Amino acid sequence: METILFYFFSAFMVLSALMVITVHNPVRAAFFLVLTFFASAVVWLLLEAEFLAVILIIVYVGAVMVLFLFVVMMLDINITELKAGFVKNLPLAIAVALVMFGTIYYVVGGDQFGIEHFATPDRHAADYSNIAELGKLLYTEYVFAFEIAAVILLVGIVAAISLTLRRRPNTRHQKIEDQIAVKSEDRLRVVEVAPHARKGER
Amino acid sequence: MLTLTHYLILSAIVFSISLAGVFINRKNIIILLMCVELMLLAVNTNFIAFSYYLNDTAGQVFVFFILTVAAAEAAIGLAILVVLFRNKRTINVEDLDTLKG
Repeated sequence: METILFYFFSAFMVLSALMVITVHNPVRAAFFLVLTFFASAVVWLLLEAEFLAVILIIVYVGAVMVLFLFVVMMLDINITELKAGFVKNLPLAIAVALVMFGTIYYVVGGDQFGIEHFATPDRHAADYSNIAELGKLLYTEYVFAFEIAAVILLVGIVAAISLTLRRRPNTRHQKIEDQIAVKSEDRLRVVEVAPHARKGER
Repeated sequence: MLTLTHYLILSAIVFSISLAGVFINRKNIIILLMCVELMLLAVNTNFIAFSYYLNDTAGQVFVFFILTVAAAEAAIGLAILVVLFRNKRTINVEDLDTLKG
C-alpha cells in the first residue's frame, strides 16, 4: 500500500516538475509547481513528517505560490520572446541534468543506503505527535536559530516593502513630523475684536 | 518495501529536472525562481528522508529553517523582480546588462 502510494505520488511529482520547466505560460508553471508541492507533501506524510507536510501546503502553496501568481499576473510579459532559445538550450539542459543525476545516483544508488544499512524504522503509534516532538527540539536546542529565523522573516518583510514602495512626488502625504511638532500658537490665532453693536439695537 | 534509496533517487530526479529548467528557461526570471523553489523542495525531501531513517528529528528542524529562508528569499526576489519590471519594462535576463557583466 505504501509502496503504491509512494510510486503514484512520486510519478505525480516528477511529471508536474517536468511540466513546470516546459510549459510556455508562467501562470501554468506556477500551478504545476503547486501540484508538485501537493505531491511532495504526500511523500513527506509517508515519511511521518506531518507538521512539515501541512506547513508546506499552508505556507508554500498558500502564501509563496500565491505571491508568485500575483507577480506573474501583474507583470505584462512577452512570452514568445522569453521562450526563444528554448530548443537551442534543450540538449545542453538534458546533458547537464543527466550528468547531475548520474553523479547523485553514483552516490545514493546501489546499496550504500539500502535496507541493510538503513533499516526501515517501525511506524510510530497512533498517539505519536510529530508537532510535540518538533516543538520540543525547536524551543530547546534550536531556540537561537529559531529567533534568527524570525529576524530573517522580519528583514524579508522590511526589504520587500521598502523595495516596492513607490513615492510619487505629487501625492499629498501626511507629514507626521510636522504634525507632532506643531504648537497651539501655529494653529490658533487669537484676534482682538472691538465690540460693536448689531444693527437694529440701540 | 520502501528504502531510503527510493526517496533519495526521487529527490535526485526532481533536483536534476529543476537544474535542466534553469538551462532551458534561461531568459525568464520567474521560471528561474520557480526552479530554485523546486531545488529546495528536493533538498528538503532528502533531509526528511534521512531524518526518518536515522530516527532523528533534527533533520525536520532544518527543513523548517530552509522553508523560512526560502519564503523570505521568494518575497525579496519577487519584490526585486517587480522593481526591475517597473524600471526596465522587461524581465528578460539578456536585457539586464546595466552592470556590464
